[in-house]
Amino acid sequence: MIPAEFEYELAESGDHALELLNQHGDDAKLLAGGHSLLPMMKLRLATPSLLVDVGRLHDLSYVREDGDAIAIGALTCHEDVKDSDILEQHCGIVSHTAGEIGDPQVRHFGTIGGSIAHGDPASDLPTVMMALDAQFVVRSSGGDRTLGAGDFFTGLFETALGPADLLTEIRVPKLTGGWSYQKFHHRAQDWAIVGVAAVQRNGGASVALTNMNEVPMRATGVEEALSGGSDAANAANEAAQNTSPPSDPFGSADYRRDLAKVLTRRALEEAMS
Amino acid sequence: MAQVAEKAQKYVGGGVLRKEDPELLTGRAQYIDDISMPGMLWIAIVRSPLAHATINSVDTSQASGMPGVKGVYSGADLAGEWADGLPCAWPVTEDIKLPKHWPVAKDKVRHAGDPVAVVVAETRAQAVDATEAVEVDYEPLDVVVDMEAALAPGATKVHDDFDDNSCYVWNLDVGDVDDVFNNAPVVVKERYRHPRLIPNAIEPRGVVCQPNIPQGEFIVYSATQVPHILKTMLALTVGVAEQKVRVIAPDVGGGFGSKLNVYAEEAICLAIGRKLGVPVKWIEERSEGYLATIHGRDVVQDMEVAADENGKVTGFRANLHADMGAYLQLVTPGIPILGAFLYHGVYDCQAYSFTCTGVFTNKTPTDAYRGAGRPEATYAVERIMDALARKVGKDPVELRRLNFLEPFDEAREVITGLSFDSGNYGVSLDKALENFGYDDMRAEQKRRRDSGDAKQLGIGVSTYIEMCGLAPSQVLASLRYAAGGWDAATIRCHPTGKVTAITGTAPHGQGHVTSWSQIVADELGVPFEDVEVLHGDTAISPLGMDTYGSRSLSVGGVALHYAARKIVTKAKTIAAHELEVAEEDLEYDSGTFSVKGAPDKSKTVAEVAFSAWTAHNLPEGTEPGLEETHVFDPPNFTFPSGAHLCAVEVDTETGLTRVVKYVAVDDCGKIINSAIVEGQVHGGIAQGIAEAMYEEAVYDDNGVLMTSSMANYRVPSAAELPNFETDRTETPSTTNPLGVKGIGEAGTIASPPAVVNATIDALAPFGIDHIDKPVTPERVWAALQNAGGGSVEGRGTDTTAAGSGVGSADTPGGDA
Repeated sequence: MIPAEFEYELAESGDHALELLNQHGDDAKLLAGGHSLLPMMKLRLATPSLLVDVGRLHDLSYVREDGDAIAIGALTCHEDVKDSDILEQHCGIVSHTAGEIGDPQVRHFGTIGGSIAHGDPASDLPTVMMALDAQFVVRSSGGDRTLGAGDFFTGLFETALGPADLLTEIRVPKLTGGWSYQKFHHRAQDWAIVGVAAVQRNGGASVALTNMNEVPMRATGVEEALSGGSDAANAANEAAQNTSPPSDPFGSADYRRDLAKVLTRRALEEAMS
Repeated sequence: MAQVAEKAQKYVGGGVLRKEDPELLTGRAQYIDDISMPGMLWIAIVRSPLAHATINSVDTSQASGMPGVKGVYSGADLAGEWADGLPCAWPVTEDIKLPKHWPVAKDKVRHAGDPVAVVVAETRAQAVDATEAVEVDYEPLDVVVDMEAALAPGATKVHDDFDDNSCYVWNLDVGDVDDVFNNAPVVVKERYRHPRLIPNAIEPRGVVCQPNIPQGEFIVYSATQVPHILKTMLALTVGVAEQKVRVIAPDVGGGFGSKLNVYAEEAICLAIGRKLGVPVKWIEERSEGYLATIHGRDVVQDMEVAADENGKVTGFRANLHADMGAYLQLVTPGIPILGAFLYHGVYDCQAYSFTCTGVFTNKTPTDAYRGAGRPEATYAVERIMDALARKVGKDPVELRRLNFLEPFDEAREVITGLSFDSGNYGVSLDKALENFGYDDMRAEQKRRRDSGDAKQLGIGVSTYIEMCGLAPSQVLASLRYAAGGWDAATIRCHPTGKVTAITGTAPHGQGHVTSWSQIVADELGVPFEDVEVLHGDTAISPLGMDTYGSRSLSVGGVALHYAARKIVTKAKTIAAHELEVAEEDLEYDSGTFSVKGAPDKSKTVAEVAFSAWTAHNLPEGTEPGLEETHVFDPPNFTFPSGAHLCAVEVDTETGLTRVVKYVAVDDCGKIINSAIVEGQVHGGIAQGIAEAMYEEAVYDDNGVLMTSSMANYRVPSAAELPNFETDRTETPSTTNPLGVKGIGEAGTIASPPAVVNATIDALAPFGIDHIDKPVTPERVWAALQNAGGGSVEGRGTDTTAAGSGVGSADTPGGDA
């Protein structure tokens, strides 16, 4: 639990952070809440030579309405996301799910941007972002660009972010229909063994799965069954389609596949009620 | 039988606030890692990643040249430091196999985490960095992980010196066991598996050794439960004269048995301190501790009960296999034997058989873990009683009543030859049933069963007994335990009226400073605040046997009571002399001697303490000073008991099982501090629920610990636990004059069978009669799948799948 030696720089601004990233390339890592990166460093699974601390860029901590969307600063901590009235009113699945992460201590440090940028398929918020078709604003020295959630998660702990990119904002739609996030875990503080997000949208429903693949994924089989007229129970039977869940001490792949079906049914029932 | 004082007392019995808490709660306690000294160097240990391998070579050259490094030593380099291997103090049979256990492996490693080299550096980080530069050339050997595989003919041997991996076989048969079982109308046999548990004291282990080379003296600070035992054993292992070793246990943050040991790192720090002549420090990393600190349980039981058609029990038969791990630590072989006499629980029977085979495997050694042997026994008995109830069609509560030993308030011999000190098992059960609302809960269960609710309710009962305060020493000798069962106390009355109490117990969270102050304050009639309790330093309390096995109060607390009696006896002689009356004419009450019939003529203990100090006017033959020591070797064990009831709700679609109601009625005899008893029961139940539902150390076939951190070794938090409804009955022990029994382990002993019985009860309508501990959601789901004819493949762990390894192996809930 003693990390290897590393340098530390406190970023004064987003531009300063980008400057440091450009200078140091792959050897540098951005530090936000530190709840994923620091444990990996303590186990010496990650050994960056420089940490660029963006944790004090308070201008990247906000939740505000922006037309049909809600914009969330990437450095907004989970607790602030959970407590946001705007999100509760217009996109409750995000604030609810933020409240399901870890414990209060974790939620006061961990950030929405950090969670998304880490690309852990067992995290909850990436799944919700998939179900919402969220947009991610990424800043680099070349300027800002926007990526859709569907294009963002590229592999296990891998995203479309380059070594000198800074995720600055998450944009989610205002919802008019129901939603549900079913997180199944053994201890309250654990990652989801399986999680299912369901959101009523555009007359149909979008469904996404946590920890059922190397990346958070849409349950397209379920969505297609629903649009083909299936009821929740029947559509949920398609939840394990094309999944590749892990087997670990928390659960075998078979168990996860079965859970995905049960939780999808429950999510659909809640979202559609 | 000892007489139990019944008169009202000022402090004893109440929930006096703990003296220890202000400094613990405000961060001012001095734990081992708070100790730092000028010139101190840090030690880090290179550990084997392999479970079984020959060490071809250890190359320390690169590590030796790293920044701040003062020395790098292989097992061969340190071989000359040891006078003997690490001790096993409980060779349970005459022909037990006792392997040599060197603090640093010389030629072979036998479990993942076995030390292979020691790095000494100026800072901790430098020491840890240099461990990565030590190159060890291993020749991997076949690994034995499973006990059955280890005992199979031709299995790879953990220790080449022995014929096989069987460490010992210990047996106790009473009555005509075969006859009873062959002729019983009903016999139920089940197999129970006790997973490996990782103790997880909140404070990791740590050692600081401060040498005084000119004097040849060494102070060893260690986060230990057993400073006295450690002193003797370190002297023997490292070859230092015992009078030159002083062991200090500073504030210690929990143990649960894991610090009841003599560890390699303690010997290493003493040896390196002696070698380099400067203070050295080692602090365990949490993940390191998962490999290097003892584990608990890892026992498989074949349990049988014989009965008549009504469920009246005639015999119990238990056959155990107990995983020792790779070496025998301090009391490894004895742990299952601590339960050997309790496989009939609180029930009468005519025949009794217990056999235990200890087995070596390539895993971390097991040893004492809260309850130690007694949870295993209680689990087997209470599970098989439920199985018997199902077999004969009786309510499990009724079956228990049918078989209880009759109430007794004088010690009585039971089938194993032990004498239970006192017991009244029906009253605890009655109270528990009432507090639980048993009939209402059964009605709710029926409602859910009838309506086919996805969330089913189950009710579990456990009427347990345990044994504490291992004694007398002669009996321990007959069990081949190497130490005694006594403990010591000294009371020193200062001339100003203040009192110092010195105890041989070694508290690490139990609140002895408070409880001992209550006892002394009441006995001597001094304010609670005026009593100082000293412990945990072999120079200050030279006599002691330390703290484990719920022994401290029933042995050390009683020694303190007797020391107080000696103080009163001496003070009475002096008071009578000063008051110019005969001793028989004095009455003693709450610290004051008064002349019978003339109560205004009196002396307090405090006044006498001053007279004893000035020694101006002492009776002939009376030594100056008021200080007394007593060493108490109890005549018998104590036997706490009680009834726990648990309700669980099982989500039959996902397998998720939650405890929704928990009622405990414990009988630990007389109470000294009700708040401390309450705390022990709460913590104990939490730990037992953890064992029943959450915790399990899992190894893969290569002997790699898969549950390698708190992220995947599932210690539950308050969020997973229900409200505990606790209550007590009070059946005073006949073993000691305080009437006390012990409560440190009761919750951990009682609760696992209550929880698992409840889970099985919920699932009985599905035809499910067994699920292994811990009853995780997946195990419950798998049982339901099997019961429903669904196919469930094995729970094999696929380490290459997405999300395994790192994805699930850093901090809990760790979203950045």
